[in-house]
Amino acid sequence: MTGSILEVRGLARRFGGVVALAGLDLTVRRGTVTALIGPNGAGKSTAFQCISGVIKPDSGTVRFEGQDITGWRPDRITGAGLVRSFQIARGIPRLTVLENLLLYGQAQPGESVLTAFLGTAAQKRREEALREKARAIAGRLNLARVLDNPAAALSGGQKKLMEIGRALMADPKLLILDEPVAGVNPTLSAEIATHIAHLRDEGMTVLIVEHHMDFVASLCDPVIVMAEGRPLMEGSFEQVANDPRVQEAYMGRRAVHA
Amino acid sequence: MDAYLVAMLVFAGFYALMALGLNVIWGLTGMVNLGLVGFFGVGAYASALLTSKLAWPMPLGWAAGATIAALAGGIMALIVARLRGDYLAIVTLGFAEVIRLVASNEVWLTNGTDGISGIPGPWRGAVTPQQFNLIFLGIVWTAVAIAFYLLSRASHSPFGRVLRAIREDEDVAAVAGKPVLWFKVRAFVTGAAVLGMAGALYAHYNAFIAPEGFAPLLTIYIVLALTAGGVGSMRGAIIGAIFLITLIEGTRFLAAAVPGVTPVQKAALREGAIALTLILLLRFRPQGLIPERTRTKA
Repeated sequence: MTGSILEVRGLARRFGGVVALAGLDLTVRRGTVTALIGPNGAGKSTAFQCISGVIKPDSGTVRFEGQDITGWRPDRITGAGLVRSFQIARGIPRLTVLENLLLYGQAQPGESVLTAFLGTAAQKRREEALREKARAIAGRLNLARVLDNPAAALSGGQKKLMEIGRALMADPKLLILDEPVAGVNPTLSAEIATHIAHLRDEGMTVLIVEHHMDFVASLCDPVIVMAEGRPLMEGSFEQVANDPRVQEAYMGRRAVHA
Repeated sequence: MDAYLVAMLVFAGFYALMALGLNVIWGLTGMVNLGLVGFFGVGAYASALLTSKLAWPMPLGWAAGATIAALAGGIMALIVARLRGDYLAIVTLGFAEVIRLVASNEVWLTNGTDGISGIPGPWRGAVTPQQFNLIFLGIVWTAVAIAFYLLSRASHSPFGRVLRAIREDEDVAAVAGKPVLWFKVRAFVTGAAVLGMAGALYAHYNAFIAPEGFAPLLTIYIVLALTAGGVGSMRGAIIGAIFLITLIEGTRFLAAAVPGVTPVQKAALREGAIALTLILLLRFRPQGLIPERTRTKA
């Protein structure tokens, strides 16, 4: 299946006098691992916040699977199959890794008060199914040994893996990852790239914000470059890296002497 | 002495119920609630008025007290939906004061600062005062047991897991697919129902309620009880309530036993001892006597 899974048109958002997004257009094609890169302050994180519903855009539209999801609450967007991770691994520190994973399970009837009081069979069945799934995901991401550890006790890299694992628990069609390898050692970074490549091969679409260019080069195609709240260009990593506009956006313009 | 001890145990039961209710709202969900005495008061007045003015049977009055307090809790949760921390503390504190002032001034309904007297109690008059206290001891601790059983289940269910997630990071809980506001409303309703039930039972035990009985000091006591027992832990809420009553009442005898000081100095010694104990507890056991623990194991 080809075609786009996510279409962002004219997305704008300002914080007081600061224009974070100034009309962002962005298309993510189904089955790709698309990178969104750009210098600090380009508006990448704000774009993620607006797409995932954590903050509302001032204007513009976000269409996911053909449906207008602009301004939806984050829980509805997750329910629709668009799941994001957080830049700084925001675990729920006092819950264990397993509980963090189970939290992202959908359709758990035990989240109603009455069912929780009664501890119904439906709740137990769903919990068992979610545990099964959590164990499988943890096994895949090398987290099986730390399932009972509190999230606060994980290493930085393990927290990143848990972020991905939690998102997978919600059955995403589109996974958006905010800096999945920031502060992660090169070995683990390569391992995370392999995990993401496998997810893509299984049919998942992934959108990534990342500053590690080795990681982006090895994994992402296409690469979309943002600067000053707008899209600058899109292409393969090679094309993007050799484009003078991109170099200028990152390095700054050479001073012109008049 | 016996009568005194039983009365203290009854009060420990009220405190335990209130600490359990607060634990759902503050302990699990992380919403500071300095207005809990307001919900306690709503439950007390609702049951007292319905049973004495409209002659409702007592169990129905108690249920109504819990229900009306729960309703107030739900409305409160919607009002404070976007507030956190200090702001939430101020608004909830204000709510409790509003309840107290309404009770003081709406004389046609509440009899104002004179309070409501002659509130019926189960078998009051038919049994000796000491037997009445024992009956009530049974009633209040049965209520504690039921609340403890249900809330413990909820606390260790997927519902409790979501509440803890909201306490730690609302954005993460929302992205996990949980409608945060709706969970906050349900947590407030559940906690306020328990607080209202405690108030209703208190009214019928005491036979008399007046606005001055619902002052902020009681809220502070319950917050201290839960902090001492273990925020987020249902067992901690009960142990903390017993601990606080023992501390407050026990120091009375301890201070009396100190020789060579005047009564005024004894009173000051007592308050000093209470404060010192709490400070030491929080310094050396900040997680409380029974720390919060979840039961999910791989």
